[in-house]
Amino acid sequence: MNIGLTHFLILGAIVFCLGLYGIITRKNAIMVLMGLELVLNSANINFVAFAKYGGMNIDGQVAAIFVILLAACEAAVALAIILNIYQNYKHVNVDEIDKMKE
Amino acid sequence: MDLVTIIFYIFAAVIVISAAVVVFSKNIMYSAFSLLFTFFGVAAVYVLLNADFLALTQILIYIGGILVLIIFGVMLTTKITGVDIKTGITGKFQVGLTAFLAAVFFIVLAIMYSKVQWNVKSAKPLQDTITPIGHSLLTDYILAFEAASVVLLIAIIGAVMIARRKKS
Repeated sequence: MNIGLTHFLILGAIVFCLGLYGIITRKNAIMVLMGLELVLNSANINFVAFAKYGGMNIDGQVAAIFVILLAACEAAVALAIILNIYQNYKHVNVDEIDKMKE
Repeated sequence: MDLVTIIFYIFAAVIVISAAVVVFSKNIMYSAFSLLFTFFGVAAVYVLLNADFLALTQILIYIGGILVLIIFGVMLTTKITGVDIKTGITGKFQVGLTAFLAAVFFIVLAIMYSKVQWNVKSAKPLQDTITPIGHSLLTDYILAFEAASVVLLIAIIGAVMIARRKKS
């Protein structure tokens, strides 16, 4: 059985679901960030798979480049926010940061 | 089984196993280092898909940039000497519900992917991908390219502004 489009799409789906599980179940903000990176990578696998098999040619790869760029921006800003949270709370558990609730 | 099939299954196994370690590991350092293998596996999948420039970009930016940043974040926000390096998870009920929902979502996606008749067109065989990517970045995607440069600049300034220690 040759490797086709479906194999790559299902690989992307597995990585997406693992990332989703990590985002929702973890308390540590950095773990949430890692789950987010997994989700973005799965989206990139889909883009590049369609670039090869779906006739998108180079457009899919350009879209994947923009996704990587936004992931880099997001990681930088998110880690700055996480460091700020750590200075204020001495932990980064996202479920205990509820000062605005009161 | 030709060589491409074997290579695909090897790297798919690397990606899935290391992503599972990222998600299920209790030790946050193990998660961060396991993410390294996930990114390498994804880069290998890009090479299988004829995207050599993208594979190099993946290694440079994800592994050289984002992963190092994440490891810095782990080291700066956990007490290295203490036992605080483990990360908690939410309650058992939420974990079960989330696992169930993720599994259901994956099954739905897998059924959908295998049922749909994709309009598979074999792409034009590319000699290199760098030249077409450069051409399309400066012609079709010029607006997105310029916007991306502005976004990068704003992200740098914003990250520095947010992370700076306040003068008391």
